[in-house]
Amino acid sequence: MDWLLQQLINGLALGSIYALIALGYTMVYGVLRFINFAHADVLMLGAYAAYFLAPAVNSIFPLPSLTGTLIIVLLSAMICAAIGILIEILAYRPLRQRPRLTVLITAIGVSLFIEFTCQHKAVFGADTKPFPQLLPEHDFHLGGLVIGSNDLVVVVTTLLLLGGMWFIVQRTKMGTAMRAVSFNQQAAALMGININRIISFTFGLGSALAAVAGILYALKAPGIDPLMGVQPGLRAFIAAVLGGIGNLPGAALGGLLLGLLETFAGGISGLSNYRDGIAFAILILILLFKPAGLLGKATIEKV
Amino acid sequence: MTGAKRWLIAGIVLAVVVSIFSAQFNRYHLGIIIDIGINIILAVSLNLINGHTGQFSLGHAGFMAVGGYTAAKISLVVSPMLPPALQPMIFLFALLAGGGLAALAGLGVGIPSLRLRGDYLAIVTLGFGEIIRVVVQNMDSVGAASGLKGIPKYTTLGWAFSLAAVTIYFVTALVNSTYGRGFIAVSDDEVAASSMGINPVRYKVTAFVTGAFFAGIAGGLYAHHKQFLSPTGFDFLKSIDIVVMVILGGMGRTTGVVVAAILLTLLPEVLRQFSEYRMIIYSLLIIVLMMARPQGLFTWNRKKGGAA
Repeated sequence: MDWLLQQLINGLALGSIYALIALGYTMVYGVLRFINFAHADVLMLGAYAAYFLAPAVNSIFPLPSLTGTLIIVLLSAMICAAIGILIEILAYRPLRQRPRLTVLITAIGVSLFIEFTCQHKAVFGADTKPFPQLLPEHDFHLGGLVIGSNDLVVVVTTLLLLGGMWFIVQRTKMGTAMRAVSFNQQAAALMGININRIISFTFGLGSALAAVAGILYALKAPGIDPLMGVQPGLRAFIAAVLGGIGNLPGAALGGLLLGLLETFAGGISGLSNYRDGIAFAILILILLFKPAGLLGKATIEKV
Repeated sequence: MTGAKRWLIAGIVLAVVVSIFSAQFNRYHLGIIIDIGINIILAVSLNLINGHTGQFSLGHAGFMAVGGYTAAKISLVVSPMLPPALQPMIFLFALLAGGGLAALAGLGVGIPSLRLRGDYLAIVTLGFGEIIRVVVQNMDSVGAASGLKGIPKYTTLGWAFSLAAVTIYFVTALVNSTYGRGFIAVSDDEVAASSMGINPVRYKVTAFVTGAFFAGIAGGLYAHHKQFLSPTGFDFLKSIDIVVMVILGGMGRTTGVVVAAILLTLLPEVLRQFSEYRMIIYSLLIIVLMMARPQGLFTWNRKKGGAA
């Protein structure tokens, strides 16, 4: 019983991070209908932004502290939002009218470009760097259970951001415009919505979320390296498809589900080596029965 | 078709004749030339799936891994038991078995793909490639994560290029046959094709199975060329490499794809002295290519801009 609960807690913490990343994938898919492979690398850049900001912030607000961490997270999110917008303008905007496959392959190219550039010794270098301790750490013991303070931070942050996202998308003018663009780009443009601005906003928002997710991921990981985004990115991306890509609650659900399944599978000795494969196996199984994902709506092609 | 057949025979004869003189080549150059042959097989077979049939597979390295490991294991187990004179027979059998098992895997991917298209299919094939890699990584009988060593060196220039010629011939003949027009119909418009009595499902599965078979053969050649297999050699990046060959050559353009396979095999060797910038240049190449010539480098008169 304790084992189950403990895995549940670990799974929720992992799943929350996946959910945050998946939100970025799914939002971009919602407005542009393509999978932004570079999203995972924006996450990595977010962690690196925090890594380089930490010493500077430390001199004003000594770390580990909540204020210092908040400032670092905010600044990193802003940097990544700018990078995300820049990627869209430089790489994806010229291809707006092209077949989706062209854009998909460009996204893979952008992702590889960021990864290999950052691995170069003049940029970050390929080695793993220790991530600074941003928050005071404490383990809470509840009976036989151990809950790390970082796990709590991860879950709470995710819940707050999910709520915030829901508010932005459902209750603000920008969110309404986002939904309009995702519903029908041409009609939205005719209604006076500035498509380019909405798409930039979406990229900025998604990339800011990725930055937060990157920092949260780095808090729990042993260190950061230029390829750190690849594995969580892949999982989040599966999570987004699992939940029905383009669907925000679906991405959150998919992320949590994947995090839980992966943690439970990792806890079973025979299965733990297959962790990387399990996520994909689940994805394929679910897509066999629900090709549009768990919460996605099946689209009917009109002739 | 006689023209194509003549090319096939010419290709095989040329490969065999050049192979006789392969001892004259520098070992390093010979290795690269064999790499080119293997990459031609991979690119042309992926072109059947991604180009002619208009699907999007990101898991070609997975099929290659299935074929490579199967063929390597067979020759490792069987070759010590039989006299050396039978070596070409063993090799052929190992390659065919590898191709066969890869084709079976292709069937496994082809069936879920019946209901998926576009991005979803891309993800499933990507996932499939990863699953194969993870399974191989945990199979002790094929060396698990440390890799499979000591595979006999059976692959020669003659083998690689004869099989490349067979692949090109087979795919071209298939697509140009009356039956094969269906691949292009499915790629152009699935709904229209099915209303004309073409079963898109059957064509897609056929494309996956055939493409996987040849990828498996290429994997077998690769295993007996490098004499060492490691699961990391068949990761996502390898699949991307093959996809880039197909795109560079132009989707559905066999000649272009063959030229692209040659160029992209040579490119890393040419860039060897800039090895630290090699992958940066490579990724920039993908982006620039997609912006400037998404229809491929060697396509001038295709009716539409690449398969969507």
